Amino acid sequence: MTHNANTEGFLVRQPGLMTLIQDAGRFGQHGIGLTCGGPLDAEAFGWANRLCGNDERATALEVSFGGLTLEAQTTTRLAVTGAEIPLSINGQEKELWRSHPVNAGDVIELGYATQGCRAYLAVAGGFDIPHSFGSAATVSRESIGGLNGGKLEPNDFLACAATSAKGCLALADKHRPTYGTEAHLRVILGYQKQAFSDLQIARFFNSEYTTTDRSDRMGYRLNGPEIKPAIDGILSEGICHGAIQVPADGQPIILLNDRQTIGGYPKLGSVLSLDTAKLCQLTPGATITFEAITIDDAHNLHLLAKHRTSVTEPEAC
Amino acid sequence: MRIEVAGENALILYLGEHGEPGTANRVEQAARLLKQELGDCLVDLVPSYASVLLIFDMFRCDHLHIRAGIRKVMNELSDEASEEGRIVTLPVFYGTEAGADLEQLARNAGLTTEEVIQIHTAGEYRVYAIGFAPGFAYLGDVDERIAAPRLSTPRQRVPRGAVGIADRQTAIYPAVSPGGWNLIGRCPQRMFDPDAQPTMPVQVGDRVRFESISRDDFFSLGGTLDDA
Repeated sequence: MTHNANTEGFLVRQPGLMTLIQDAGRFGQHGIGLTCGGPLDAEAFGWANRLCGNDERATALEVSFGGLTLEAQTTTRLAVTGAEIPLSINGQEKELWRSHPVNAGDVIELGYATQGCRAYLAVAGGFDIPHSFGSAATVSRESIGGLNGGKLEPNDFLACAATSAKGCLALADKHRPTYGTEAHLRVILGYQKQAFSDLQIARFFNSEYTTTDRSDRMGYRLNGPEIKPAIDGILSEGICHGAIQVPADGQPIILLNDRQTIGGYPKLGSVLSLDTAKLCQLTPGATITFEAITIDDAHNLHLLAKHRTSVTEPEAC
Repeated sequence: MRIEVAGENALILYLGEHGEPGTANRVEQAARLLKQELGDCLVDLVPSYASVLLIFDMFRCDHLHIRAGIRKVMNELSDEASEEGRIVTLPVFYGTEAGADLEQLARNAGLTTEEVIQIHTAGEYRVYAIGFAPGFAYLGDVDERIAAPRLSTPRQRVPRGAVGIADRQTAIYPAVSPGGWNLIGRCPQRMFDPDAQPTMPVQVGDRVRFESISRDDFFSLGGTLDDA
């Protein structure tokens, strides 16, 4: 990617509550303690890019909760996907899940999410952000990635190359995900599963949990029936995406994109990433249920999802 | 040796039940050989005290292929100490001015501060794991005489370069962060510098020695006692 002279792009007028520059994530850096980052809802992120004609891993914005205002200083196409959030260009309401032409001087406003809480804003060609450790993904806890290692600030400038405003695409209604107040999460049992008795495991899979306000990009803390492992802690070991950690209070924590790379709490297994994407769209008080699947089931589900996405062609609009 | 599923695209290999040098030696060898054996199939790899987490590209290979690779590598491990781990010497300015808990730790241990420093610098420490924060290396094992439990109330703000002890582990804080380790000194060398190559002076499997330096040397090596 070549960097333009920072004259074409978008000016951040209002950064919103928490808007982060993300690409697919930072990989191969766990050895020095760097986590992955990347979009919490990879499905919506990928669609924002595809609707702009981009590779689905291109650099875009993750807008949590909303409140973002940008001023275009270039000509391009732009799409917003994910959470149900009011989008307007120059005060005119615009549809999500489709790309729109923008020209220099246009003002793009995102209100606040009403269903779901993570929206993704992509531009044609992707934002042109320098990489740190192979990625533009922002991890605030590590002060790595993005423009300054943190969330967007007023007057930040998001460079991108000027491109044609023509060639907009839309995803048909029937293919658009919806976000509610519950999620059913499929779990690949593993890690310290033997440390949980059959009764504890049965309780976990037969109970309802709720999301709490102690949830962020590191992990989602749930509230519900206690499950107690037979051990308090383990030698610190690597933690993968979606890992279900159970600390002494018996309340599970689902570890996500900004998790620490190693840790010493017992883990029951991990949530399928197709489902953590749904979890991350939930606000506090939502209902969570779990179902056990095998790693082979997980691979089948991923292949089906990948196939479904590849045969779903956006429509010209 | 035991392999468990960790997640949809992750297996974890356990090479022992305790963090001790023999296990650490196998972890270091296994991590190195697995990278060679599995190459492009691996997305990331996390060696720790007694385990290696393997995160793989599930669209490129399946978990059976990863298991086969692990079994092959396990047959190649040797009991001899690896030649790969380097010995890295890190300078430390010890003392109350640089390490707020040195006197208390010495009192609890029934030692003088000089004895604590002498014992800390006499050891050779293994880099068992890197994590918690970018560049945070867990080093062990600390001599039992100066082992000390974590502070009951962690500090909100531990300065960059602070050298701490927690139980039988020691570490250097790579950046300002909260922390509950007993601080005994300060290292002027950056443990994590995103703009440097390499980013970190140590990696898992290396051995670390500490060298006591004077206050003047600390400053001339770029150290600061400014906690901001």
